Amino acid sequence: MLMFRVKRDVTKRALNTICSSNYLRTRNFCGTAAVGVSSSIERDTDYAEKVGMTNKVNQHDIAIVGGGMVGLAFACALSSMPLTKQLSIAIIDSNPALSSRQCFNKNAIPDPRVSTVTPSTISFFKEVGAWEHVQQQRHAFFNQMQVWDYTGLGYTRYNARDVGKDCLGCVVENKVLANSLLLCLQFLGVVLWQNADFQKTIYSARLTSMAFPSQSSSAGNCAGQEYVKDNISGASPTKENEDKKCNNRFMKLDLSDSKSIYAKLVVGADGAKSHVREIAALKTTGWKYPQSAIICTVEHAMENHYAWQRFLPSGPIALLPIGNNFSNIVWTMRPEESAEHKSMNSDDFVKAVNHALDYGYGGHPQSNFLDGYIDKFSSLTGLGVESVKEPFQVPPRITNVVSERMAFPLSLMHAHDYASKRVVLVGDAAHTVHPLAGQGVNLGFGDASTLAKIIAEGLSVGTDIGELSLLKKYERDRKAANVTMMAILDGFQRAFSVDLGPINVLRAAAFHGAQYITPLKRNIISYAMGEQKWPLFS
Amino acid sequence: MAATRSLQRCRHLLCRPSFSLLRPSSSSFRFFSDAIAPHSTPPPLPTSPPIPSPESNSGNGGCSTIRSSLNEAEVAKFAAIAETWWDFEGPFKPLHQMNPTRISFIRSALCRHFRKDPFCARPFEGLKVIDVGCGGGILAEPLARMGASVTGIDAVDKNINIAGIHAESDPLTSSIEYRCTTAEQLVKENKKFDAVIALEVIEHVADPSEFCKSLAALTVPNGATVISTVSRTLRAFATAIVAAEYLLRWLPKGTHDWSSFLTAEELVLILQRTSISVKEMAGLSYNPLTGEWSLSDDLGVNFIAYGAKEGDVQ
Repeated sequence: MLMFRVKRDVTKRALNTICSSNYLRTRNFCGTAAVGVSSSIERDTDYAEKVGMTNKVNQHDIAIVGGGMVGLAFACALSSMPLTKQLSIAIIDSNPALSSRQCFNKNAIPDPRVSTVTPSTISFFKEVGAWEHVQQQRHAFFNQMQVWDYTGLGYTRYNARDVGKDCLGCVVENKVLANSLLLCLQFLGVVLWQNADFQKTIYSARLTSMAFPSQSSSAGNCAGQEYVKDNISGASPTKENEDKKCNNRFMKLDLSDSKSIYAKLVVGADGAKSHVREIAALKTTGWKYPQSAIICTVEHAMENHYAWQRFLPSGPIALLPIGNNFSNIVWTMRPEESAEHKSMNSDDFVKAVNHALDYGYGGHPQSNFLDGYIDKFSSLTGLGVESVKEPFQVPPRITNVVSERMAFPLSLMHAHDYASKRVVLVGDAAHTVHPLAGQGVNLGFGDASTLAKIIAEGLSVGTDIGELSLLKKYERDRKAANVTMMAILDGFQRAFSVDLGPINVLRAAAFHGAQYITPLKRNIISYAMGEQKWPLFS
Repeated sequence: MAATRSLQRCRHLLCRPSFSLLRPSSSSFRFFSDAIAPHSTPPPLPTSPPIPSPESNSGNGGCSTIRSSLNEAEVAKFAAIAETWWDFEGPFKPLHQMNPTRISFIRSALCRHFRKDPFCARPFEGLKVIDVGCGGGILAEPLARMGASVTGIDAVDKNINIAGIHAESDPLTSSIEYRCTTAEQLVKENKKFDAVIALEVIEHVADPSEFCKSLAALTVPNGATVISTVSRTLRAFATAIVAAEYLLRWLPKGTHDWSSFLTAEELVLILQRTSISVKEMAGLSYNPLTGEWSLSDDLGVNFIAYGAKEGDVQ
């Protein structure tokens, strides 16, 4: 007991010495990767700091593995809240785009990798201050959406005015979203750095391995041992004490550039094939769809402000506006077809796209005799929404394919648990969905926003941010939202990939329902806009 | 038995007939939900003469002190399950679940009392806080993360060991000073703290009024005292003892002795006699559907009180 107390005191003194040196971190993460890393090594060895919540170099509060859209969004969300902005954050990603400042030319050909962001994602971006950067780059709002199927039996038009909004969503290139979040982080960094709050470090490397804190105090297993020694030169804390110090609370992450960092919480934002998820042994359920998606950018004669989606027997084709006379195609089909469509010459591909969007199978869905009655009923009851009266429209005709065509297989995957002690998954690492309604990344942004808020809540009551009970709160919140959306999208996918007479009629009836039953329609719109937690029960 | 006897004595002291005048509605403290409303400080009551405690504590895994309000059997009870303090699924699970809720009360109360910025990550920077009956450090660690310089004391040396080892592993909590001692002992040493916090402790002490006197003596003038406990109501008996200990097996049987519980009114009176005026009280309610605790105005089962020590006394 006495021995123990003495040791504690020695360590405490040593820590105090470190903490008294008041050093401002001046690392600029938008410099090139190589410079960033080497300069950090130089600086790391000759100072220690107590600027943020964690007071040692290479030791962070949170390590975000994966600097993609969701990982960066999470970092932005943390940086934008008073309780979390002082957290020391490490972002681990080997993508060179993270270490360069880019601004994308609005007039260049749009990248085929786009996302449809919902109004709720837009408000999240506004909250963290990233939306202004999106606005300076290319983005395309759409306020109407037409969904129909190949049988020509039914169609639905969604209009933002039905729910009293200006837009249903916005199509943005993934690289623009990521870049805006990065600019936002840099901007926050510049502003906050003057207050010595800036605590974000980007490690341009890959995660190679990850060690969990262990409860035992065996020597050699100690995560930050040499590191602790380096920094407490002058004092000599006993080994036993160090072991206890670094074993319990910090994850050790080994990086591909042979550096190691320590973090109280590791956030796996490293996509569908998450390495973090694998190391943490978080199990998943999922299946592959017998489908692939082809994506590309196409050009048409007129500017397009609508989102179009036509269900074909092999899968849906979507035409999303991306600004100017460009649109994005997401076309789901059988894998062998996708290989064929990818390699065919562009003239044939344009023909195939136009055919898929407008021809073949039945004619255009028409207003039928029922519509007149429904219209009268709606005007009598005053329950109608404007888009009920809107006739079916023919999608724009594609003139040219202007980007490479990319094909990727579709799958659905969901992690059983989003969190284990000191590890938590966000975005595609936790769930991959059918890209049917462009919801995938919105679910990821929802994860990022919720996790940041839960961490802020935890900090406000002094919780250890790696504590499982806190992370489970996030899991509970997000699982419900994600599973619901996944089930709906999966259900859609299944309902539309069958070509059987009776099912076609049912499907057409469902379209009519979605088109004419106003409360149902409002519900579908606000759910797809990410504003409502549960569909159909308002 | 000893606990019951001394409690009865304390209740006599509190002149039961006057309780009707001290129902929450007419009392000086306010509810958590009214916290924004201005409040009036009641006139100071004359302090009662000290009540000597007959219990002297010795050994039993506890610290040897000359005179204390400790209850030996209670000390032994906690020594037996000390190792499981930081097991979130262990015997202290309900405490872990309840912790964020009671800390949010403490955070808002102390931020207002000491005029600290509630939106900052470390609002308690510069405050000396003592956690009396700290156990494994479940409260002391969050307080330290919120910036307070924390002293944690507990009568069970096993608890203090566990708390110390656990706090060491986080640089933010390694500054906590843990001591195996009692509040009475620290009063003797003339220690003073800006805020004195004793959560879920008073129902385990032999002499609540003596215990409160010690808490008051540890508080600096104009400092704050926070106490939480279980009320002596039938509802508390049904939930804290029958449900939590026997039906749900959340707590080891015998964790609580209903007869040694205090009601909110009794606690207010005891504290008033020690020159601490209760400013705010809140109930802690458990929602069995979501498994979450929240603050409420229902003081019938678990409740937490924050009081200010008068500046001109002592």
